Order: sequence, then structure tokens, then C-alpha cells
Amino acid sequence: MSELTELTISEAARLLRVHSISAAELVTAHVQRIEQVDPLVKAFLHVTPELYEKQADEADEKLARGEGGPLTGIPMAVKDVLCVKGVETTAGSQILRGFRSPYTSTAVSRLFEAGAVMLGVTNCDEFAMGSSTENSGYFPTHNPWDLDRVPGGSSGGSAAAVAAGEAMIALGTDTGGSIRQPAAVCGVVGMKPTYGRVSRYGLIAFASSLDQIGPFARSVEDAALVLEAMAGHDPLDATSSDRPNDVRRDFDKGVKGMRLGVPREYSEVQGMEPGVSAAVREAIKALDKAGAEIVDVTLPHTDYGLAAYYIIAPAECSSNLARFDGVKYGLSVQDVDNITEMYMRTRRQGFGTEVRRRIMLGTYALSTGYYDAYYLKAQKVRTLIKRDFDEAFSKCDAIVGATSPTVAFPIGSKTADPLSMYLCDVLTLGGNLAGLPGISVPCGTSEGLPVGLQVLAPQWREDVALRVARAYEVASGVKAEVASVA
Amino acid sequence: MPLTRDQVRHVAQLARIALEPGDEEFYAEQLSGILEHIDRLQEVPTDDIPPTAQVVEVTNPLRDDVPRPGLTQEEALANAPAAVNGFFRVPSIQEEA
Repeated sequence: MSELTELTISEAARLLRVHSISAAELVTAHVQRIEQVDPLVKAFLHVTPELYEKQADEADEKLARGEGGPLTGIPMAVKDVLCVKGVETTAGSQILRGFRSPYTSTAVSRLFEAGAVMLGVTNCDEFAMGSSTENSGYFPTHNPWDLDRVPGGSSGGSAAAVAAGEAMIALGTDTGGSIRQPAAVCGVVGMKPTYGRVSRYGLIAFASSLDQIGPFARSVEDAALVLEAMAGHDPLDATSSDRPNDVRRDFDKGVKGMRLGVPREYSEVQGMEPGVSAAVREAIKALDKAGAEIVDVTLPHTDYGLAAYYIIAPAECSSNLARFDGVKYGLSVQDVDNITEMYMRTRRQGFGTEVRRRIMLGTYALSTGYYDAYYLKAQKVRTLIKRDFDEAFSKCDAIVGATSPTVAFPIGSKTADPLSMYLCDVLTLGGNLAGLPGISVPCGTSEGLPVGLQVLAPQWREDVALRVARAYEVASGVKAEVASVA
Repeated sequence: MPLTRDQVRHVAQLARIALEPGDEEFYAEQLSGILEHIDRLQEVPTDDIPPTAQVVEVTNPLRDDVPRPGLTQEEALANAPAAVNGFFRVPSIQEEA
């Protein structure tokens, strides 16, 4: 393994600035690492030499002139749900096989402007629906720390790529935990911003009131730099906010005097592994020792979060995925008698089992006679969940706890029982329902596998989440390592 | 509340997803299991609680209506499974009279 594939952004940026390495060398080292380990990890759906060769050269030209910023020349992987002009983008689905987007998503184009170099497109659960990347319409991705286990999901390819040293940073999306959970089980940093912090223009929509784009990295500082470069108002997404882009404010101020809330419900969720609990307790002790005041808080509707989520997200997905009809792009079954048959057979063949299951569930929840009992009820419970967080944040500055109740599980172990898979997100989906920023940072291991500490902050307080995560990283000395991949 | 096979057929029709042999039983069983968990929502008193559809406080942001170039016809059709004379081609939508 080359040392170049173990660097953080600040380390790489320093070497690039003094011309000890070139962007082309840095990118080549990552491409070689992909060639070496990706046949085992399978994090990438495809690489993009048409982009990285040109972008690396452009970065070197900028650096030669003494221009560019911290992201200039930094090798990046992009989840297969973010459109990049001319690049095949399929949302991990056979229904979009061969689709080449005519435009680039705002998040990606802002990172291109900042000088990041796109290595390739990463695997994910189909339409970002899943917690293991096993629902990909192409192939499963393997956890770089144990190839027989899942990398989490849905952004499992992005998390695995960063954990295996195949990319320095990666982009993911988080609708119920799809950045934070794979980050936790792959031992990297992953952040979901406040709903509206990053423009969703050019993101293939899953659940529009929950989806957010965010970074994967191997340090909290790197995650902060990537988020800062993507954040901010975009006229092409009316839900993107024009609030000040202050996510790195007070980044290094530590937690002395901060109040950190530990929700009592979070330690009691179904399926919580004792080893995960122990690692997270140690992490909270480290924050206590670093000067934070640890306080008990309560989120009484935690037990109803999963149920509300599995009405709201499928309802929104059933509407968003109506556009995949075999007419405008992607798969189209042509030997049919009429257009309805074309729609129905195209969607049966193009969507995988989980996506069809969620469309059916969402369609049912929105159908005549059931709307009030399911969808409206879930939206009311969503209000109660948000109020729980408001109340908790009146007693603390941030909430800390486990990101995932379990470590990475064996491939195939949860595929037969959808509810057991859904329970992977029980600690993360509250953050989506309430629109909060949340970050997962590595906090040790259980059974030799990575465990993540989640920090949730009030809306628009990414600065608080990052500051706490950074303080933990400094106090504990726990760093995201690169897996050797045997 | 368990989902019947009739309901599965109805929902599949609404969602425009064809059913293949075995699908009805599969969805009836799996969706019933998920709905059984979801039914716990009925335990929560929500009479005076307003629904949340949008979680951050943004209301009707307006922008200037400035013309900008859209996709060309060629770009718009580039991914079409079937196109003819600048249109998306689809199977017949009406029976012949």
C-alpha cells in the first residue's frame, strides 16, 4: 500500500503545495489502489478516467501557479445517485442502466470548482434503499475490514472506498442513516448535514423531505472541508438554505463547558450489541474527561421513529419513482400490446425486490382509505419526534450515542427479513425526521470491527456537531485507519 | 392489519408494477409483517398535533424569473429507449377503433 493512499486532505494539500508530490501522482496512486483491492472490496461500479486524467492535470497547472485551495487535486469518489454530466449514473438500479446524465449535480460541480478529482462512481443500495449495499442492482460491496461482511448502506461503496484507501474522500446521501451507518461500520467519518444545507439539485430523489448529501473522510477536518465546499444556497433547489456557511466556526475549540446529552432510550434500542455499548460508553467518558458535562436526556418517541419513517420514506419514494416509466430513459420493455403493460413490465423487471417492496408500501399508505391512518398519522408522529429533539436540545448542546446498534454483519444475514435490516437505522433516522445534522466518528472496535460514535446537533449547528466530533478525535487519539484488505 | 392478496393486486395496479408468479404471496406476507410493526403508531395520541411535511422553516422562497438555456431536443432525447422524429415513442395508448 502506498503512503499516498493513507493521507488526509491537510497532509496531501501540504505536499501538493510544496510540490513534493503532484496531483497526477496522488491520483495515480489511488487508481492503482483501486486496481489492487477493488476486485475484493467492489466499492466502485466504474472508474472515470475521462474525468480524473484531465482534472488531475488541471489541478497540477493551478498548483504550479500557486493557486487552488485545500481540495485542489484531492481524489474523490461519488455515490451512484449524484448526476455527473456524461457519466453513467444509475442509482444502483438496472432500470437506469446506461443512463448518462445531461447535467452535473450542484454538490459535485462545487467540488469540481474547488479542484477535487473524481475517481469513479461508487456502489450503493438501489435508489439508496437499504443498510448493507446488498440491494445494489449490480453486486454487493464488501467491508474492507472483513470481506465476508457488509459495508453498511446505502452509501456502502463510498464508505468502503474511503476505508480501503481507494479514495481520500467520497460523497454519499443520507435519508435514514445512509452516510452515518456505513461510516460507522467501515471505521471512517461520515456526516449528514441539516436538511437544506446542501443543494439536492442533480440528486436522484428517494425521499425528498429526508434526503441530504454529505461527505465521507478519514478525519473530522476533512469532512468539514468537503461539507463547507458543497454547502450553501443554490437557486436550482428551493429547499437549499441561504444561511451563512459557518460549518467550521469554533472547529478546534474543544468541548470544555459544553453539555452533551445521552438519550436513555438510545442504549435500550432493539438489537444493541454489548460491545458497541461498551465502546460508546468509553467514548462518552473521553468527552467527559475532555471537559464536557454529560447530561441525561430523553427522546420518548424513539420507539415510534422506525414506524413513522417506514411510512414517510416509502410514500415519498412511491411518488418520486413514478418517473421511471420506460419512456424517457433507462430500461423499457418493448414487446407489449399497450402502454400500461409497458409501464408495468418495465417496472417489474427494472426495479429490485426492496425498491418494489417500498413502492408498494408507500402506494398503499397513500391510497384511498388509508391515507389518514398511515401517512397523516406518521407525519403527526414526526412532529412529536421533532419536539422531543427540541426539548432535549434545551438541556444540552449536542446529543451523543452509538451510530449503529451493531457492527458490520455477515453478508446475507439480514436479507430475508426486511424489518431486521430496517432496524439498522433506528439510531440515525430520527436525525432525518427532525432535519438535524449528524456525524459519525470512529470510536474503537467491538469483536475487532469498527464502532461509530454519533453526534447530533440542532438544525444548522453543523459547527457544534463537528466541534464535538473533532474534540473526541483529539481527546481519544482514535483515528480512521486504512484497512489493509487481505 | 395483514394485507390480503386482493389488496396486493390493487396496490400493484396503482403502482404500475406487474406481478409475476409468487409475487402476491411474497408481498402479502412481507408487507403484512412491516405493517404489523407500523401499526404501533396507532398507540400514539396525536389529536391536537399538526403534521410535519417539511422540517426546516422555509416558506415559498421566490427567485427572479430569468430565462436560461434548457436541454436541447437532442440532449433531452439522448437517453430515450425509443425516439422518432424528435419525440419519445411509446406503445399505443388507445385500442384501434
